[in-house]
Amino acid sequence: MLDDFFVRAIVAGIGVALVAGPLGCFIVWRRMAYFGDTLSHSALLGVALSLLLEINTTLAVFGMSVLLSVILLVLSKRQTLSSDALLGLLAHSSLAIGLVCLAFMTWVRMDLLGLLFGDILAVTRNDIVVVYAGGGIVLAVLILIWRRLFAGTVNADLAEAEGMKPETINIVFMLLMAAVIAIAMKVVGVLLITALLIMPAAAARRLAKTPEQMAVVAAGLGAIAVIGGLFGSLEWDTPSGPSIVVAALFLFLLCHVLVDAIMRARAPREGKAP
Amino acid sequence: MSQISSQEGPLVQLTRAGVRQGDSWRVRGVDLTVAAGQIVTLIGPNGSGKSTTAKMALGILQPSEGEALRRKGLVVGYVPQKLHIDWTMPLTVSRFLELTNRLSKSEKNAALERTGVGHLLSSSVGSLSGGELQRVLLARAIARKPDLLVLDEPVQGVDYSGEIKMYDLISKMRTELGCGVLMISHDLHVVMAATDHVVCLNGHVCCRGTPVSVTQSDEFKSLFGHKGGAGAAGLAVYEHHHDHVHLEDGRVRHADGSISDDCAGEHCHGDHDHPHTAAKEHHHA
Repeated sequence: MLDDFFVRAIVAGIGVALVAGPLGCFIVWRRMAYFGDTLSHSALLGVALSLLLEINTTLAVFGMSVLLSVILLVLSKRQTLSSDALLGLLAHSSLAIGLVCLAFMTWVRMDLLGLLFGDILAVTRNDIVVVYAGGGIVLAVLILIWRRLFAGTVNADLAEAEGMKPETINIVFMLLMAAVIAIAMKVVGVLLITALLIMPAAAARRLAKTPEQMAVVAAGLGAIAVIGGLFGSLEWDTPSGPSIVVAALFLFLLCHVLVDAIMRARAPREGKAP
Repeated sequence: MSQISSQEGPLVQLTRAGVRQGDSWRVRGVDLTVAAGQIVTLIGPNGSGKSTTAKMALGILQPSEGEALRRKGLVVGYVPQKLHIDWTMPLTVSRFLELTNRLSKSEKNAALERTGVGHLLSSSVGSLSGGELQRVLLARAIARKPDLLVLDEPVQGVDYSGEIKMYDLISKMRTELGCGVLMISHDLHVVMAATDHVVCLNGHVCCRGTPVSVTQSDEFKSLFGHKGGAGAAGLAVYEHHHDHVHLEDGRVRHADGSISDDCAGEHCHGDHDHPHTAAKEHHHA
């Protein structure tokens, strides 16, 4: 039953989930979900450019995400539009430009749905190497900057005062996000990357007492969502990327409902105690 | 940013420093030094630039004019005025104490015991009351064994006897660690007794001086008498002497009767003998 392509899909998906979970925690804590969305929408433009210039797709997507982060950083320092309006503007214009560019390139036959919703079943051995090598680097850097990044997330002033250099660390964090988007695009597609980042993290919140626990639990829940989603898509013949996101949603609901139920079951007992 | 390389000079030094935001100055022309073992208290009404001044001293804000110097390799312990922990972030007190450096379990316990919240080690930071949070913030800052403690209204939300105890602890830490302390007071007149130097801000340095012990001030003796004479020994009174008045339209009338747009000029560096009025009024002792 387990064809080779299916094993490859699971291995690649778990690799992405292990990186997306911890990074997703920061996206949730820093309220950057829409920022993640904007970067991932720009990935489509990255793909178009890679076809036009005949360069590596992952690198082109990474480069485009970095470019967009820089543009956002520069624009947000000027007092013009509010940051969410800026994000919306950049997200949708980069998505639209990407689609227009692809339409112009009539010599390219592109699977647009694969780009938008992922094509995890077409993952190659080479893709797996990219996921694990890239993901390994992202995780290593994240562990290296963890304390400083977390301190800056709690309170930027405090982190600055106590020598944590939050501005430099924020730039490193943006690079990590760009890298994860480039890696994850193949698995869940441009439109669903943010879901893979924030849903396991949001589900993990109720199960964790410290930030480190939340990151580890998020990575684990992400992996479970990938496995569950892929088996679901095999069973019911549904598209794989969206199936993974639906599985993550179920995990999120399950965690919150379960923890609530446990709390309710405990509360009356504690109430009776003198 | 340039640094103070000598190990003898002040920990931090502001020279005619100011921060501009848009068209207006949040604070301007501040001269301030904090030396090792010295406690400097900033006072002033809301919006007078106390936090801005502290942030310049810490390097969080760069001065738009003037200079802010810090000693090279300075270890800072900072208690910000506000700290909000969002529900999405699981954070225990124990983990929060290690925000910017590693600590052993015994170091964490010792720091929390000193601020009287030893029982909160495994509590969630988001569930603390205002007073508990202030104690945890102070515990975190002293656990770093800083050269410079910067405390932005450290006793807000702490009850009266707790306030005296925290002041007592801060002055003990000064002796134990030999650190300098830059403190922002939430009260215009009552400062901690161990304060060596008081700087009164109102968009600029209005006046500066040394506080008088509460126990030596007749007015405050009667005011604090009912709260217990021994407790009030931790507090001191700062009597303001201003030479200019802040008018309602933001202009300033000086002692010689002249009126100017702000008081960051040379007028403000003599002895002060007039109170502030209207919106920026302080009530003086």
